Amino acid sequence: MSTPVIDIRGVTKVYATGALEVAALREVDLSIAGGEYVAIVGPSGSGKSTLMHILGCLDVPTEGEYLLGGEDVAHMSENELAAVRNRQIGFCFQQFNLLASMTAWRNVELPLVYAGVHRAERRERARVALERVGLADRADHLPGELSGGQQQRVAVARALVTEPSLILADEPTGNLDSASTADVLDLFDELSAAGRTIVLITHEHDVAARARRQVHIRDGQVAEDSALAGTGEVRA
Amino acid sequence: MNWTETLRTALEAVRAHRLRSILTMLGIVIGVSSVILTVGLGQGAQNKVKDEIAALGSNLLIVSPGSSTSSAGVRGGFGSATTLTTSDAEAIADKSVVPDVAAVAPTTSTSLSLTAGTSNWTTSVVGTTPTWPSVRARTLESGRFFTQSEVEHAANVIVLGSDTASELFSVGSPVGQTVSADGRTLTVIGVLKSSGSSNSGTSNDDTALVPLSTEEALAGTSSGSLATIYVQGKSADTLGAAYDEIDSLLLNLHGITSSSDADFSISSQDSLLDTANSTNKTLTVLLGGIAAISLLVGGIGVMNIMLVSVTERIREIGLRKALGATPRVIRRQFLVEASMLGLLGGVVGVLIGIVGAQVLPSMINQPVAVSVLATFAAILVSLALGIGFGVYPASRAARLTPIDALRSV
Repeated sequence: MSTPVIDIRGVTKVYATGALEVAALREVDLSIAGGEYVAIVGPSGSGKSTLMHILGCLDVPTEGEYLLGGEDVAHMSENELAAVRNRQIGFCFQQFNLLASMTAWRNVELPLVYAGVHRAERRERARVALERVGLADRADHLPGELSGGQQQRVAVARALVTEPSLILADEPTGNLDSASTADVLDLFDELSAAGRTIVLITHEHDVAARARRQVHIRDGQVAEDSALAGTGEVRA
Repeated sequence: MNWTETLRTALEAVRAHRLRSILTMLGIVIGVSSVILTVGLGQGAQNKVKDEIAALGSNLLIVSPGSSTSSAGVRGGFGSATTLTTSDAEAIADKSVVPDVAAVAPTTSTSLSLTAGTSNWTTSVVGTTPTWPSVRARTLESGRFFTQSEVEHAANVIVLGSDTASELFSVGSPVGQTVSADGRTLTVIGVLKSSGSSNSGTSNDDTALVPLSTEEALAGTSSGSLATIYVQGKSADTLGAAYDEIDSLLLNLHGITSSSDADFSISSQDSLLDTANSTNKTLTVLLGGIAAISLLVGGIGVMNIMLVSVTERIREIGLRKALGATPRVIRRQFLVEASMLGLLGGVVGVLIGIVGAQVLPSMINQPVAVSVLATFAAILVSLALGIGFGVYPASRAARLTPIDALRSV
């Protein structure tokens, strides 16, 4: 098998709040291969947000190893992490986090701005990404002029535009009505079918059910992994 | 992220919060425009004084009676205004004693009421000699100046300043008409060309000139004392020599051994200019200092708003970091935004200052000279203020961790 996209071993994250040390993650092992569609499920306080931050290179583990696409990111500096996030990871957030003063295509091109891509190429790639999520005709709209579902699709386009090795979605449907939820989940299905690696963090079981593999987190540990429990799903 | 993108992002942020940006800039705008106007006022006043002093004549030395050190202590003894006499003036005019002097114009002065027909006008009547127009660099609008023989015979002739002429004779040419002063009837033989107002605000044109001897008769004095002796040096290069020659001559004539006891003072146009400028400079520095403080307050305003902006846009910062912005890029973005506010404020302030410099003179009757140096300095300073006061907010933004920034709602 090729190298897994995500390979974390013995990851522990300890937060020190005053004199108290709280272990949000304890010795977590997780390996995700290219093209997988994984849901990380767990109640609030389970440590799934901490796991998402570490997976997204927004935070570094206290202990343990993290190889992202074969690169050791557990010991990187802030600047190197910024570059890795830019290149390797496409984020979708519960709040969409679009910049309100910029049009849809300007939002989508933003990661490319930080990657130092030229203007004309940025514009073209943003257009392609918006087309991919079915919003090519909304490119010049401000986020405020779009529905919640459309805004999240713009966010997905922004996550796609750098051709990252991983799409990391943190409760992407948490703020959407059921119709828009279905919309966005259908989009993830399509992307998965097209070979994208998707990690979706959620606490909703029906959303998690759409993924092909489910990892349950409880008390900072992997409680259940459908790939391990299941019959023959390939692990790296 | 290159500079074009950084500038564009900053411009978008400034535009997105239009009202806040304008209010932020306001402090800088006010500071810069007041710096421009105060420096301009000082410069304008200096230029005006310079013009006036130049208009006195060229290579001029002004000999005045009284003690030059009277401000340092009481020096009683003489009536301080009567220490210069016509014989002093004659001695200075003697080429063999004072070779570097070109011409001498002794003057006396009295305030007198002149009457012409039904109109009357009180003005300063100056008694002098025929050399006066050339020494004081004045010309005649019409008629002629009086002659040496008219001075010797105390002829009843008068030359009017242009303002005095128009006050007394509203219609027709005054030349050939008569005015009466103190019971004497004087024939108007000439009118001076206008030369504008003087330093003290009184007009150089509100005057009348009569022969020295006639003035003495009008004022009822025959002491031969003079108000001022105007001396024209031969050239600018020999003005210093002329000064020394007159100084030693007068000390000699007055029987004074130490020049610190001199009962007269000699000033040149340069020394007059220095005195006037030192007063103006003090005022300009004072006003400019106040304006500079307001500029500083404007800069602190920029910092204040930038700090608010960082807190308010914490999610945006978190998102940008998640998308790959390094701390350096974030710092630069906020720094450029702050400097842009400073620069825009500076440019708007300069524009308002320039407009003010056009409008203000007609309102306060003071010239305002916009200094190019002060203009560029003000813009640079406001840019520097933006950068200087942007550093702290920008580094705060850069230090935010992406998860903290994203977490806060």
